[in-house]
Amino acid sequence: MAIATRPPALRRTKPNARPGSRTGDLARKIAASSVMWLLVVAYGFPTLWFVISSFKPAGKLFSYPLTFFPENPTIDGYVEAWTSFDFARYFINTLLVAVAATLLTIVASAAAGYALAKYQSWWLKIFAVCILLTTMLPGETILAPLFLVVRNLGLYNSLSGVVVPAVITATGTFMFRQFFVTVPNDLLEAARIDGSGEISTFIRIMMPLAKPIILTLAIFSFQWRWNDYLWPLIILNDPNQFTLQIGVASIIGAQNVNWSVLLGASVMSMVPLVAIYLVFQKYVMNADINAGLKD
Amino acid sequence: MVHKVRKARYVGAPLLMISVNLCLFALFFIWPASIGLGYSFTSYTGVGTAPFVGLDNYERLSGDPAFWAALWRTLIYTGSVVPLTFVASLGTAYLLVSPYSKGKTIARVVFFLPWLISPIIAGVIWRWMFGENFGLVNFVLAKFGIAAVPWQSNADLSLIVVIIAATWMGTAFNMLLFIAALKNVPVSYYEAADLDGAGAWQKFRRITLPAIAPTSFIVVLLSTLHTMKEYGLFVALNAGGPGTANNLIVQYIYTTGFKRAQIGYASAASFVLLLILALIAVVQLMANRRKGA
Repeated sequence: MAIATRPPALRRTKPNARPGSRTGDLARKIAASSVMWLLVVAYGFPTLWFVISSFKPAGKLFSYPLTFFPENPTIDGYVEAWTSFDFARYFINTLLVAVAATLLTIVASAAAGYALAKYQSWWLKIFAVCILLTTMLPGETILAPLFLVVRNLGLYNSLSGVVVPAVITATGTFMFRQFFVTVPNDLLEAARIDGSGEISTFIRIMMPLAKPIILTLAIFSFQWRWNDYLWPLIILNDPNQFTLQIGVASIIGAQNVNWSVLLGASVMSMVPLVAIYLVFQKYVMNADINAGLKD
Repeated sequence: MVHKVRKARYVGAPLLMISVNLCLFALFFIWPASIGLGYSFTSYTGVGTAPFVGLDNYERLSGDPAFWAALWRTLIYTGSVVPLTFVASLGTAYLLVSPYSKGKTIARVVFFLPWLISPIIAGVIWRWMFGENFGLVNFVLAKFGIAAVPWQSNADLSLIVVIIAATWMGTAFNMLLFIAALKNVPVSYYEAADLDGAGAWQKFRRITLPAIAPTSFIVVLLSTLHTMKEYGLFVALNAGGPGTANNLIVQYIYTTGFKRAQIGYASAASFVLLLILALIAVVQLMANRRKGA
């Protein structure tokens, strides 16, 4: 592909690091920092305004003039959202879907990624193309027939119907492939000489090495499933099975949107992911993703 | 070459390793794609028999103004969101690796937060900002004596709000890709350019952009595919409205297939979407090949 990408041994962290004493430096610092902080405000403000509004009493939400900070902060909206909807159940359903899908995705992607990295054969190459196809042609392009298949498998209106079709992912598979390619083959050879079976080597030696990738994909997969809307909407029919996104969307779908409840419900539904992200930040920010499109 | 021969000996283990994904691929991709193609030639409604109608669905589709409107709207939407996302994610990534900007730790978290927010919630957040009678934007505009802007009842303005929201939401992930790419540009290139007295823009244009070209390609391809199938954001922001003005292609498929139970007809529409996405992917891959060659 491109010629200039990665001349070996010349990688360093800061592309522009030229600590100079030129007078332009201060001006550049001011310029770069102010542009960045302007963008920070632009990107952060909508969420901030939303979260702050959620603490306003329902009666004050629309009273002009709008004030930035709530005069009498309240959590009424949250309480009402929690009690008037079966929010606890939505939470549990979403959690079940996200955790189950994440575990399965990691196992399936790690194994397939490892096979693609450490073995060679014509059918593995075809398999790699097949996995790539799932990125190019996502589930939305086969929405109706996919629904029929899942229904025929008896998975309609069950959380497993949401989980199982979502397990296969090109991003995950190629994340693992890319990682296992960098693991020296000597390690595999040594294990073979010691008489370790292929599968056993993979589970005992290779998987522990891949811990950072496991965590990265875990967060990605968890986010995908937590935030999924269309597929659960199609598969789940019984309100007892609803996930958070369907629950929140049902509040918007009402004739008169109850904004107080909607704000509380929305903020609550974001909290788990934000918490997970803040804990595992480094695994997300250092992710090198190319979905198999770059080599 | 010795290596290759040795590797080829193993069949059982790699087969077992790919077995889960292979089964899932067959079950949830090959099978639906084939019966989808089959059903697109029938007037199947989800129950009972599936009477064969030949190319009737495709003919009806080509004469259906709602389908063309949805397709056209999807293309406008994608054509706006992808370039905006590209610029926004490259810009934020550039600032986050630049040695000149201060406070990057906080900035990184703020830029990344929208990735954690689902399309539904993101839609709600922007709807709250752009509400016609209650939104902050119209309130601030009113302060400057500007009359309330019909962000909801005007189809084009409504689409603009979704485009802003989608750019806001799509920046984070692509920013990650660009950060990784920018960090890999060799410093020596910039040093050499400095010796030649190149300016900041020239360095960006002549060194940075060519060096990150493979990543730019991935960003454009992935965000095009992703944007073409947006649904949740529209549901939350304007429900595809006003009326059906902002129904995109996926919403059209969902409505015909699941609300009106015209599975056969929806399958035909799905298949057209599949062809369009495949075409986009092939064209972009070919363009990328040629550039790289």
